[in-house]
Amino acid sequence: MTGQILPGARSDGSAWSVGAVGGAVAPGCGSSGGVRCVGGGVGGIGASPVRPDGALKVRGEFAFSSDLWADDMLWGATLRSPHPSATIRGIDVGAALAVPGVYAVLTADDVPGDRHYGLEVADQPVLAVDEVCYRGEPVAIVAADHPETARRAAERIVVDYGVREPVTDPEVALAGGRLVRHVPIRKGDPAAVAEVVVTGEYRVGMQDQAFLGPESGLAVPAPDGGVELYVATQWLHADQRQVAAALGLPVELVRLSLAGVGGAFGAREDLSMQVHASLLALRTGRPVKMVYGREESFVGHVHRHPAILRYEHGATRDGELVYVRARILLDGGAYTSTTPAVVANAASLGVGPYRVPNVTVDAYGVHTNNPPCGAMRGFGAVQACFGYESQMDRLAEAVGLDPVEVRVRNALAEGGSMPTGQVVEGPAPVARLLELVRDRPAPPPVGDDPRQLPGGVANTTAPEQVVRGVGYAIGIKNVCFSEGFDDHATARVRLELIGGEPTALVHTAAAEVGQGLVTVQAQIARTELGVERVVVATADTSVGSAGSSSASRQTYMTGGAVRAACRAVRAALLARLAGGSGAGADDGGVADDGGAVGDGGVVGDGGTVGDGGGRVAGGGLELAGGVIRDAAGRTLGTLVDLLAAGPVERSVRWRHRPTRPLDPVTGQGDAHVQYAFAAHRATVDVDPELGLVRVVEIATAQDVGRAINPQAVLGQIQGGTAQGLGLALMEELQVVDGVIRNPSFTDYLIPTILDVPPMAVDVLELADPHAPYGLRGVGEPPTISATPAIVAAIRAATGLPLARVPVRPEHLTGTG
Amino acid sequence: MNPSENADDSRPGVSRRSVLGGGAAVAVAVPLLVTGAGAEAAPVAEVASADLVPIKVEVNGKPVSVRVDPRTTLLDTLREELELTGTKKGCDRGQCGACTVHVDGRRVLSCLTLAATVDEREVTTIEGLARGDRLHPMQQAFIERDGLQCGFCTPGQIMSAVGMVHEGHANSDDEIRERMSGNICRCSCYPFIVDAIRDAQKVMR
Repeated sequence: MTGQILPGARSDGSAWSVGAVGGAVAPGCGSSGGVRCVGGGVGGIGASPVRPDGALKVRGEFAFSSDLWADDMLWGATLRSPHPSATIRGIDVGAALAVPGVYAVLTADDVPGDRHYGLEVADQPVLAVDEVCYRGEPVAIVAADHPETARRAAERIVVDYGVREPVTDPEVALAGGRLVRHVPIRKGDPAAVAEVVVTGEYRVGMQDQAFLGPESGLAVPAPDGGVELYVATQWLHADQRQVAAALGLPVELVRLSLAGVGGAFGAREDLSMQVHASLLALRTGRPVKMVYGREESFVGHVHRHPAILRYEHGATRDGELVYVRARILLDGGAYTSTTPAVVANAASLGVGPYRVPNVTVDAYGVHTNNPPCGAMRGFGAVQACFGYESQMDRLAEAVGLDPVEVRVRNALAEGGSMPTGQVVEGPAPVARLLELVRDRPAPPPVGDDPRQLPGGVANTTAPEQVVRGVGYAIGIKNVCFSEGFDDHATARVRLELIGGEPTALVHTAAAEVGQGLVTVQAQIARTELGVERVVVATADTSVGSAGSSSASRQTYMTGGAVRAACRAVRAALLARLAGGSGAGADDGGVADDGGAVGDGGVVGDGGTVGDGGGRVAGGGLELAGGVIRDAAGRTLGTLVDLLAAGPVERSVRWRHRPTRPLDPVTGQGDAHVQYAFAAHRATVDVDPELGLVRVVEIATAQDVGRAINPQAVLGQIQGGTAQGLGLALMEELQVVDGVIRNPSFTDYLIPTILDVPPMAVDVLELADPHAPYGLRGVGEPPTISATPAIVAAIRAATGLPLARVPVRPEHLTGTG
Repeated sequence: MNPSENADDSRPGVSRRSVLGGGAAVAVAVPLLVTGAGAEAAPVAEVASADLVPIKVEVNGKPVSVRVDPRTTLLDTLREELELTGTKKGCDRGQCGACTVHVDGRRVLSCLTLAATVDEREVTTIEGLARGDRLHPMQQAFIERDGLQCGFCTPGQIMSAVGMVHEGHANSDDEIRERMSGNICRCSCYPFIVDAIRDAQKVMR
């Protein structure tokens, strides 16, 4: 339901929108005609060229990690704990070893290096060491010549467990000292009082990323004693570091290549089968493939933290916030994963995009014997937003204001201050985003076509039973890594003649997970180098780390690195021209980038390189369309001429501006690089008798700074919004006594095409002066506010308080 | 714990494709459909052995004879015996639609279809949709409308969409949504998928 674009509908030209009906596309979309490219040439930034991997994907020829094979490969299988908490008194692998076709059965004793791994803290066992702390924890692994053989052999492993009582209540865990991290935020007067006070306790269930392509990969032993690992992941170098440590190998002997990623959404940031397949491959000397089934996938990766949120908002009678006090408790499950960073996000973003003079927030993450929780799209900001936006609606009701009005009245703006004391630099169009969704035309009233009714074609709902509600929400998300983390990305760009045509080869370790990163990298190279032909190499660890495809950071970071590397290439080319001969003007044209794992040959950071380009071009030289011109527009040379002397290659490690840790007592500090905002208006129809909800329409407004690829921006907004809808209405891993009761797509429901309504989208492009091209991370913000907007709409329709997501039918009928 | 002595390394002709699908074996390979396929007779894993059933099936227009374990699904046979990995295994339980293929022109879930039941029938997979370099209109529309992100569900979406258009029920967005609701897209490209199908069905008419 992309709709008619309204070009020029905004007076400043910085916005565009698509309606909820119709058939037009975003600006610059499509492969031919009308592309809008800043740097000249077709398919540069601001255009929406087709995905370079699109043809392979629609032909079924794109190799996902589960499609890999190797001659003589074996299959791995994992034995997992049936108990949430138990000691291991002994493991007998004899029966498994006796199965014909089995090549290896390994336990923790066979891990040659570090027995524990983790993204932030190495506390998760590669294979259980003397105890298990959640149901599904890997205990032993098997390699066999047939996957069924491997599975059946794993079942014959006898583990002597001493079952313990699991700790599954996060409050009990907190009281019992199982704290992972506490982040306090203190701003202003902790004893502030207000005329109007609203309080609430809210709960968020455990959401799962539920990507369709299961955890899988292929490990191939290498002649040098190392391993080649082909895997679907979000962060190759983080995997490399952890796998190498577990194998007891130097990192250069653990070489990773990105296999096709069937969705990620945070769940591939932690390791799954990476070490296991590598261990089995090195032990057997054979390639080993592992593929999780759907049920195993549900227990084989981290989930979104369930949360209990208590809020107290104090305001004037006019609805101006005086204070916010909050306590946020996040269940991190058995191991640390990214819980510390999730807690920091929930705390620092815990009052939302509002001006609040007095803030007291305490966010806690705890260990339990529930499944481990870590990264999922929105990362701590999702849980907090359901709490503070539910509160803003209560406040609106208490002071008699419209929900949008109370938000606008308190909206953060450029130059405003966060609860951490960080001043928001650059545009913060909170009020405008809210007004954009509010001012959208309302969707048509309910009709009598059963497909338009909450019960659908089951024809259970009569039109007169339907009540409609409208709800609003806005969210805030940090982009890139925070709290002083040394966040960087490396890109290697080579420009050479291939078949007589200038061709750019872009090589990074950044994970394409479906977001369109390979498209964006090519667009940037086209814009910066004025070439049409760009090849984006498969991501691997032979180039420096790109950091994770998470935190809405990869277009910012790897995009920034690609831009910087292109500019270094451009500077070298122009220097070659200045050298007069067209050859040898700059050390032969190929930068020594050191090859392997490190970042040798680093040219400099983005600023330096950019300046370098400017310096050479300071005389007014310009490279566009394959031609170099001077300030007067005279042609001085062509790319083809300059490249005849040989290729030019540069590698750049690029960083965003530094952040600072949060003060451990006050929570003050410039912890975040960039803030991103999205607002939603949800319209729902509810059958209160049957507890059925149909989302009629969702309108989204988001500031993306600069839409590098407008079509991909829309895709992210639609997809993110739908995952927020899932959390609002259906998605929850039901964990009872530490056991996931619904590890299947029959019982864990994710939105289908019938559940996702038409979406109207307004996109603002208000440049962030600190970011490459002014862009702002796009992927997460739409997930954050979709959930509370939908719940607000259901509350408006039903009058029910609804303090928990997902909202289930029994919550609406009063029967559950 | 490395019982390589337990493994029978001496077996001749172990095919790299012999290891899946509940022990199915390609016995007669009428020109195999994929390049580089070393299809050879292969042993059956002991724990998964069963009497094999010979079937003849036309896959993407080419006749194939294969002996399959009666418990083997069409999905595993396609992916692991015939090396047609374009058809995806998302759940293996008929819950996600990623494995959708056509049997005698009708869309079916290959993970819920036993290979033995497609004897003497025609199977079309995503690899059989294009005509050489010329993409099927549905494939072209998915690219142009960006009806995919990660692309894992895409083969199933496209096969399902083509089947739906042939069924004559893609005449409105509501109809498209109703009849595509068995194909999950976790990236939630649904709006663009509707756009793509709407475009393609006009071309296909």
